This record gives sequence, C-alpha cells and structure tokens, in this order.
Amino acid sequence: MSALPARTIGAMEVRAPHPPVPTAPAQGPAGPSVLDAIRQGHAHTAAVHESLRSEQAVIEAREFSLWYGKRRALYAISMIVARGKVTALIGPSGCGKSTLLRSINRLNDLVEGVRIEGSIVLHGVPVYAPGVDVIGLRKRTGMVFQKPNPFPMSIRENVIYALRINGERRRAVLDEACENSLRAVALWDEVKDRLRHSALGMSGGQQQRLCIARAIVAEPEVLLLDEPCSALDPVATLRIEELIRELSQRYTILIVTHNMQQAARVSDYTAFMYLGRLVEYGSTADVYQNPRLRETEQYVTGRFG
Amino acid sequence: MPLVRKNPWKTLQSRVMFAACAACTVLIIGVLGLVTVYLFSIGFGATSWEFFAADPTGNALDPGGMRNAVVGTLILIGLASLIGIPLGLLAGVYLSEYGTERLLPGPVRFVTDVLAGVPSIVVGILGYELLVVPLGNYSGWAGAGALAFIMVPIVARTSEEMFRLVPDSYRQASAALGATRSQTILRVVAPAAAGTVVTGIMLAIARIAGETAPLLFTALGSRFLTTNPSEPFPSLTVQVYTYATGPYPAQRELAWAGILVLISIIFVVNVSIRLVTLRVRRSPA
Repeated sequence: MSALPARTIGAMEVRAPHPPVPTAPAQGPAGPSVLDAIRQGHAHTAAVHESLRSEQAVIEAREFSLWYGKRRALYAISMIVARGKVTALIGPSGCGKSTLLRSINRLNDLVEGVRIEGSIVLHGVPVYAPGVDVIGLRKRTGMVFQKPNPFPMSIRENVIYALRINGERRRAVLDEACENSLRAVALWDEVKDRLRHSALGMSGGQQQRLCIARAIVAEPEVLLLDEPCSALDPVATLRIEELIRELSQRYTILIVTHNMQQAARVSDYTAFMYLGRLVEYGSTADVYQNPRLRETEQYVTGRFG
Repeated sequence: MPLVRKNPWKTLQSRVMFAACAACTVLIIGVLGLVTVYLFSIGFGATSWEFFAADPTGNALDPGGMRNAVVGTLILIGLASLIGIPLGLLAGVYLSEYGTERLLPGPVRFVTDVLAGVPSIVVGILGYELLVVPLGNYSGWAGAGALAFIMVPIVARTSEEMFRLVPDSYRQASAALGATRSQTILRVVAPAAAGTVVTGIMLAIARIAGETAPLLFTALGSRFLTTNPSEPFPSLTVQVYTYATGPYPAQRELAWAGILVLISIIFVVNVSIRLVTLRVRRSPA
C-alpha cells in the first residue's frame, strides 16, 4: 500500500500512513467496519476473489488514482476486467464507478483539471502513456451513457457515425453496417422503414438501443455502459438487459449500475466500490451470496449502514 | 380565513400589472405600426420604375432614380458578409468549443463585447485611417471592411451563445466514438446550432444594411452605377442621408422611397436565408 498524504476529510484532519484495516469475515461478529475505516481515510486492501485469477484481462487498472482538481475521486484501484465477460461496477453515488469507467476511454480528458496516477492497460497498451493516440483508443471502446443521447440526425446517420468519421463512404458498406448494428440491438424491424427519420422521434428505450447500435458499429473491443437503464422504464430496462446478455457473447462489457438487482441479473463479475476505493471484487454469485465482507453483504442486500 | 375568499389587494395588484403590460405592448406595436404606415404612405408613392431603372441625374429638380445605390448596397452587404461572417463564426466557435481551457478566451470575449458597443461613427473614422488612407482613395473595399468590422463581434457573440446551447452530451457521445474535436464540431455541434446561428447572422446583416456613418468616411458614395469596389461606392443609406438633409423636395421624396426599399431588402434577405436554412435542415443529413 502506498502512503497516503495528509488530507482533510470532512472536518477531520487525518495523517497517513495508516495500517491497513484487517478485513473481517462476513459472518463474523461486529468488528471495526471497513466502510467506517474508508470514511476516515484509511487505506483498504480490496478483497479480490480467487475466481478472477483464471480470467484473461482485457483491461487492467494498476494502482490507478484520479483527482478532479484537488478532490480525489479514485484511490489506487487495481483490478482486471475479464475478457468476454460482463463486469458490473456497483456502489453508492459518488463512489467513483463512472469516473473509473470514463478513465478507460479517457473521456475524463474533456474535464478540466483532471490528474491521474498509476495506469490502465487496455489489451496490453497503457492508455495513459505519453504519445498514446487517444482518438484511436476511443475507437476501440464503445460507450453508452446514462441518458440516451442520439445525435439530432437521422437514425441511419446516428448508427454509422463512427464509420463516417473514419472516412467510410461506400454506400453498400454503410448500409450493411447499419443493418447489422440495428439487428444486433433488435431495433431493425422497428425502424427499417424510417431510417431517414430523425432519431429524436424515437422512444427513450429505442433511443438507448440506438446508442448501443452506434457504439458497436465499428466493432469495438470493449463496451462501457454508464448506467444505461437509469432513464428508462421497467420494460425498456428489461430489453436492454436482455441485449447486454446477448452482446456479452461478442464483447467484453463493463457496466456501471445503481440497481443491485440489475447487476445480479446481467453480470458475471461484480466490483463493489466505496468512496473511490475498490472494496470487494469477485464473481457475481460470490459477491451476492457469499461475500468476504459484511459490508458488501449489507450493501447488496440493501441494508447499507 | 377561508381559503376561497379573494384577497382584494392581490386582485387589484394583478389587474394593475396586467393593464401595465398590455398598455406597453399596445404602445410599442402602435409606434411600430405608425412608422410603417407613414413610411409606406409617403415612400410607396415615391417609388416608381424609374427608381430602380435610373441613376441620379445630378439635377435637383428632376433627380432620377437610385439604381446605383440599390446595387451598391447589395454589393456592400455581400462583401461585408463574405469578410465578417466567417471571421465572426470562427471566433464564436473558438470561444465556445476551444476556449474552455486556455487563457485567451477571457480577453477575447471582453474585447468582442467592447467592439460590439463601439459607435459606428468611430468605426467610420477607423476605416478611414486603416483602409482609405493606405489604399489611397475612398472605395467599396473600405466600406465593406468597415461594415465587416461591425459584423464580427455581433456574429461572434451570438454564435458563441448558440454553440453553447448545444447539449454537452452530443460532444461526449461523439468523442467517445473516436471523433476528433473538429469532426465533432463540423458534424454534430454546427448542424445542431445552425438554425439559431443564422438568426444571429441576420441580425448582423440587418444592422450593417442600415449603417450610414461608417460609409461616409470609407465608401463615400457615388452618383454613378459601379460594380468596381476600388472606386468610391454608392449606397442607399448615404444617398438617403444626402437627399434627406438637402433642400430640394424632389430629392427628399426620393429619400423616402430609398428607406422603403432598404427595409424591403433587409426583409427579403431575412426571409430567404431563413427559408434556405430550413430546407437544408429538413433534408436528411
């Protein structure tokens, strides 16, 4: 564990380094709470399950930290994202899930005053190394946002946007890619007769599926989903979840969600984060049914203290 | 106190407020209507075929038409727009899209605001010093330059505001798909802002079409029809100013016609740009 600098959390002055707090077994008696320790600024060694050892990493964060100006958002996160699996990031608001997600395709670069330490590696390429082609990096990742955000263009132009900016002009190629992407998100039959209509006339659920189609048209290596269902009704949410299961056969997916049931339904692995730290990380079945930490159990069962 | 009882004081307040708003609206529309009716009643009678077909004769009793001035004004607006609109638009794009993390935008924005408030007579003198003197004579180029100088800050500030109204979620989505900043601006932000940016451009055109002071010192004016911007250049506003301040009734009457035609030109340009942009936006991208 690296030494933490002295800093103020709330009204309390805390000095580093602190000894790591021993992790209590989930079924053990009430000992010192890991979450309390984190709130007080203690370092925390994430409880990472052995099941992840056998996985091949597509993304690997190594001691990754991030600051927005003076505010620290991520604390030395080390984790892998397993190839071909769905990994869910859960945790209360402000725990850094979305920040971590946006660090992978360097979308945080658009925010002023962002500073990082440590590294994130995508397919062996350190994404924060000097001289990295950020544009190329973003082309290798697809991202879907919290609120559906189709461009104010036709449905077709939305889907093929990534190809257009890559300079693709051949009509046959564009048409085929458009159809394939829309079929992959089960939208083709609904919109094939109005591809030239504005995408803004679609329902929220359709718009979000369109955004997924737009994200996969250029065949990215990973899909980053930032609370993709939080603005949708239950029926549309269910469709997106089915879609995530389907897409997981072709893509590595990292999804941020506020909805614990959703994480349980769609993901293979679940990472629980709290105040910028990774708390526990393992297969979804283990994290939900057999967590190492009492706090994880309390969170996933909705008894968050 | 029962909930349903009316408070007479509040009711009175509400009525007075309504009456004040209505009165002001009627007053403004009334004045506008008065000006329009007056302008039409005098100007329309003075507008004849000869106005568009003939140039000034130089004879105060039989002044001829203003063909040269109509053509001159159209050319001046066109040249000024060609210079001023691209400059203003690019400055607006810079302030909105690139200016977030650098030191320059603050001062640029401040200077732009100051420029937008510079009296047009000052622009005229500036145009004289910076364009007429170096070029050696009064000319259409100098006039167009002075008008463009007035356009730039208006276009820059309005287009900046309009670009800022484009939701950031579009920029993020585009960036996440691997678009460069210029691709995002050209393919997503600019089309989304186009409709409202055009409004700002039209405001600028309307503004310069009615300018007289900057032209007095730069284009000067001319009695003759010309399409050569290197010569002293005629314009409706300067000609109207000359005629309207002169002693001859025939020329004064022609000045009324000139104003009517000028307003009509602004109106037509306005409507046609709006129609064109509507059509462009409706067609599939």
